[in-house]
Amino acid sequence: MAMGRMQSPLGRVLGLGSAKEGVEHWWRQRTTALALAPLVLWFVISVIAMIGADRTAMVAWMHSPMLAVLMIVLIVATFYHAALGLQVVIEDYVHGEAMRLTVLVVMRALCILFVVRGVLAVLTLAFAAG
Amino acid sequence: MISDPRPLSPHLQIYRWQLTSVLSILHRMTGLALAVGAILLVSWLGAAADGPASFAKMQWFLGSPGGLILLFGWSVALFYHLCNGIRHLWWDTGRGLELKSVYASGWTVLAATAALTVIAWAVGLSRWGY
Repeated sequence: MAMGRMQSPLGRVLGLGSAKEGVEHWWRQRTTALALAPLVLWFVISVIAMIGADRTAMVAWMHSPMLAVLMIVLIVATFYHAALGLQVVIEDYVHGEAMRLTVLVVMRALCILFVVRGVLAVLTLAFAAG
Repeated sequence: MISDPRPLSPHLQIYRWQLTSVLSILHRMTGLALAVGAILLVSWLGAAADGPASFAKMQWFLGSPGGLILLFGWSVALFYHLCNGIRHLWWDTGRGLELKSVYASGWTVLAATAALTVIAWAVGLSRWGY
C-alpha cells in the first residue's frame, strides 16, 4: 500500500488518520446501535404493558434484577449513542474552535448527568421496599 | 471563520427533493428528537424513584394532551430511527447500496415506521380503555 510508506510506523500502528480518531467513533456508534435495537423494542413493549400501572407496579417491575440490569444498560447505551450522534451534529454546525469545544463538553456533561440520574433512579426502584 | 457570501448549494427554494436525502435528514432530526426523548425517559424513572406524589404528577402529565402529543412524536421518531438505523447497519455490511435497493429499503422503512406506530398506539390505547 503506497499510503503506508507516507506514514510513520507509529502512525500506521495507531491507525488514527488525519482526524486523529480513527474508526473508533464509527464502531461505538454501530455497537451501541446493535445493543439498542432489541433493548428499545423491549422497552416499548414493557411501557405498553405498564400503561395505567401505578408506582407499585413500577417498583415490582424494577425489582427483577434482570430487568433492572436491562434498564441500566438501555440508559447507558442510549446516552452513549446520543452523545456520539450529537457530537457529529455539533461538529457540523457549531463553528469556531472554542465555541465547538465548549458545546461538546457541555453536551457530554449533560449526558453524564442524565445517565447518573437514570441509573440512580433504577437502583432506587430496584432496592425500594414493597 | 466567515467565508465569502457566495451562493449556497443546494438552492432550497428550487431544490427538487429526493427520498434518499429526505430520509437522511429525517434520521438526524429524529436522532435529535430522541436525545430529548431520552431526557423524558430519565425524568419518568426519576419521578418513580422520587415517590408516589412525583410519579402521579408525571403520569398525569404523560396522559394530558401535551404529554400524549410528546409521546406520539417520541414513538414515531423512535420507530423511524430504529428502522432506518437497521437500514444503515445493513448498508454497513456492503449490501443494498444500488440505487434501486436504496429506494426500496427507503419506502420499506417508511411503511414499517407507520405500521409500528399504528400497532403500538392501537394496543396502547385499547389497554388504556379506549
